[in-house]
Amino acid sequence: MSELLERAQRILDSAKGTEEIEVYLSTGVDNEVQAYQGAVEQLSSATSSGIGIRVLTDGPAGARVGTAWAGSLDESAVSDTLREARDNARFATEDEFVSFARPDGVAPASLELTDETVLTTPLDEKIAMAIELERLVRDGDSRIRQVDSANYSDYVAEAAIVSSTGIQATYARSGAYVSVEAIATDGHGDQTGWGLSAGRAPRELDIHEAANDAIRRATRMLGAVKPASMRCTAVFDPRTAATLLAIIGGALSGEAVVYGRSFFANRVGEDVASSLFTLIDDPTDPRHFAASVFDGEGLACRRNILIEKGRLLGFVYDTVSARRAGTSSTGSAVRGGIAGSPSAGCRALQLVPGDIDQAEIFRRVGDGIYVESVTGVHSGVNPISGDFSVGITGLMIRGGEMAEPVREITVASTLQRMLLDVRYVGNDLEWLPGSAAGQSLAIDGIAVSGS
Amino acid sequence: MTNTLVERDVLQRVIGSALERGGEFAEIFVEDRTTSSAVLDQRRVEELSSGRDRGAGIRVVVGDTTGFAHTTDLSERGLMGAAQAAASVAREGGGGVREIALGPLANYPTHATILPGDVDKAKKIELLRHADDVARSEGSSITQVQVALGDSTRRFVVANSDGVFAADHQVRTRFNISCVATGDTGMQTGYRPVAGTRGFELLTPDTVGEAARGAARQALTKLAARPAPSGDLPVVLAGGSGGILFHEACGHGLEADAILKQASVYAGKVGQRVASPLVTLVDDGTVVGEWGYLAVDDEGRPGTRNVLIENGILTDYMWDLLRARKEGRASSGNGRRQSYQHLPMVRMTNTYLLEGDAVADEIVAQTPRGVYVAQLGGGQVNTATGDFVFGMTAAFLIENGKITAPLRDCNLIGNGPDVLQRVDAVATDFSMMPGTCGKDGQQVPVGTGQATMRLSSVTIGGTAS
Repeated sequence: MSELLERAQRILDSAKGTEEIEVYLSTGVDNEVQAYQGAVEQLSSATSSGIGIRVLTDGPAGARVGTAWAGSLDESAVSDTLREARDNARFATEDEFVSFARPDGVAPASLELTDETVLTTPLDEKIAMAIELERLVRDGDSRIRQVDSANYSDYVAEAAIVSSTGIQATYARSGAYVSVEAIATDGHGDQTGWGLSAGRAPRELDIHEAANDAIRRATRMLGAVKPASMRCTAVFDPRTAATLLAIIGGALSGEAVVYGRSFFANRVGEDVASSLFTLIDDPTDPRHFAASVFDGEGLACRRNILIEKGRLLGFVYDTVSARRAGTSSTGSAVRGGIAGSPSAGCRALQLVPGDIDQAEIFRRVGDGIYVESVTGVHSGVNPISGDFSVGITGLMIRGGEMAEPVREITVASTLQRMLLDVRYVGNDLEWLPGSAAGQSLAIDGIAVSGS
Repeated sequence: MTNTLVERDVLQRVIGSALERGGEFAEIFVEDRTTSSAVLDQRRVEELSSGRDRGAGIRVVVGDTTGFAHTTDLSERGLMGAAQAAASVAREGGGGVREIALGPLANYPTHATILPGDVDKAKKIELLRHADDVARSEGSSITQVQVALGDSTRRFVVANSDGVFAADHQVRTRFNISCVATGDTGMQTGYRPVAGTRGFELLTPDTVGEAARGAARQALTKLAARPAPSGDLPVVLAGGSGGILFHEACGHGLEADAILKQASVYAGKVGQRVASPLVTLVDDGTVVGEWGYLAVDDEGRPGTRNVLIENGILTDYMWDLLRARKEGRASSGNGRRQSYQHLPMVRMTNTYLLEGDAVADEIVAQTPRGVYVAQLGGGQVNTATGDFVFGMTAAFLIENGKITAPLRDCNLIGNGPDVLQRVDAVATDFSMMPGTCGKDGQQVPVGTGQATMRLSSVTIGGTAS
């Protein structure tokens, strides 16, 4: 038994009477290096730990839960946290659907998500990567006038969830990233481009790929113009497509559905998307950076097909939303660290790849717009009404080829419409940090607002 | 009784030790934060949560390099360990432990009158229920109401090798309500926040009731909304709703970290015209009670009122300690950090446009065709290009000088220096809005404000031609 699990178990033993307790413990080590002008600009290293406790008490009309957390594992913090959680439970509304997860017999996937070389790689090597990344971008193209930041970061995290309802889960993961933002100029104006490489350890990172990506994105935007408003087909690149999929994933949360906050409610069995569209949430796929053995309540993660060939098959549930919907958890509880309570959410989305590459999509689309970056997702997308409007930069597609760069425009539609209007799905699946992987995605009927 | 979390002599020894291997500057920031939140969802009290975060962050500056480490162990041994980790960026070796003499403690008390710890939890729930009742009483089409209340008490002490020694006690309280209305055309949403650097006195049945009514009416009104236009139109921003425009259009671009890296379109433009003469923009940490208020910033510098743009002319940028040291000037009190686990950087506080002399109703009456934005919902900017977006969450068409049909949500897009020139009317009905500003992964509370104003033209990212 891991040390973390033992500590969690000891806290469980302090349960009083008939109350149930769930303990979530986490520890982590983080390193971050920022390079600037050939030297280290910032270097930080930290270890952190924390605890989240939920206490559940039963009453005549159902159960009540109280929550508390602390950013420390010392004895007094733990006992204060337990006391606060207990007190908070007194004020919750009794609810017949409220419950902690109970073991459901689904076996956890066997995944190795930690690469120990994160810890054994000397800090100097990590620093050298950030500095070299910056140099590659600065020296890679004469039009690069500045590298705003070149970063290396990594982490190793471990967590344990135990409950008096029989949950006992522990898991660990590591990650390493490099990212760089380049500013290119043509003497008239500046454009930016962002490059990234991600893995579970520094040895998986490709700084050349990240540097080239940043350079390519920044330089090909030079001379970008604001085009006239139009309606056309938009081709989202893998990164922006992943952003779109993550938004769709939010509306597929069983919690949003049971609370009447999803436009997918009451539509199971209907065709909600183009027949090219098969969306899967699969945290058991180790290629996904968000892969996980257990969910936020300690149940085994599993593969859930949400939309198959356009047809809505179902939603992802945690324990409570599943009970409200009269079904069982899909092992899809997510929680935002120690301070967050479990809720239902997609963790590792992927769209089943199509059979054509990006160049072929361009050829078939003929004329349209290529969406390379999006802004204002939090301000212009309403996942409840489905209204979708984001600022973008990208390139025009003319005669099946990438043409002039464009900026200061928005693309808009509704999420409902966009799903039905998916015309091509690329085969260029890219694994990205975040809750969704992405590939090129062509969507018809997009309103482009320009001058 | 000391309220510095860690004793003065310990702080002095830790800072001295941090500079043992060399370096020009060291700082320790010790923070103790308690938070609580309560959520009412579908009439049920779903969750009461309490949290506590306590620790120290230590940074050491050597030339252009900053080393940083943080710890939850506030014993002298724990702090010394973090100091050594932060100091590992100093590789030259130094002259041994430095003697540090901190100045007198500058202690800032909170202005809150009802402290979060003194509020009965049942009383909070009563308020949530009241808001829920008010929202639902607005109409049977209100199908979903979520109400949340949260508070945070943040005590910190910051001390550095220049002798700065300050302690602050910040109390913030926040309420927000989200409503969903359902009709023939689908679902629409309404949202209202109430937030201040205040205690529980901020929230009364009247203030939360008014917010609840506003959120419910917004959702109900939008049931009849038509798609927003696509393309350029004049836009009138209601008082209080549009401060986010300046936050994005130029606020981030006036932060000295972006300026010193030549990563802002406003670099090198002090003294030049960057906006319409109607624009006088201020960043002001001294507005007591506002969401972005700070008695002292997270580097121990008192909150300050800074004029950024005066009658359209750029007067100054915003500065934190590190960036100010590089330029041999003083910080402008804009050094902020999300928590002890983060390095401070240049951040806004309360950013607002000074009032003009137009009359709000007349601005609308003098707009033959355009869009009236009653509420904005956030935004984002690329400081290097100046392109920014901001979202409208409650908006209407203006036809023949009158506010008419409600519009569906969408983003507006523009380029900062260009849009600032297009401010062609500013009224007198000034008000402020609370918001959360994200930068490089750190969230801090900020205020934005302005009176009703008009942009002669801006691109509206809707779908209707």
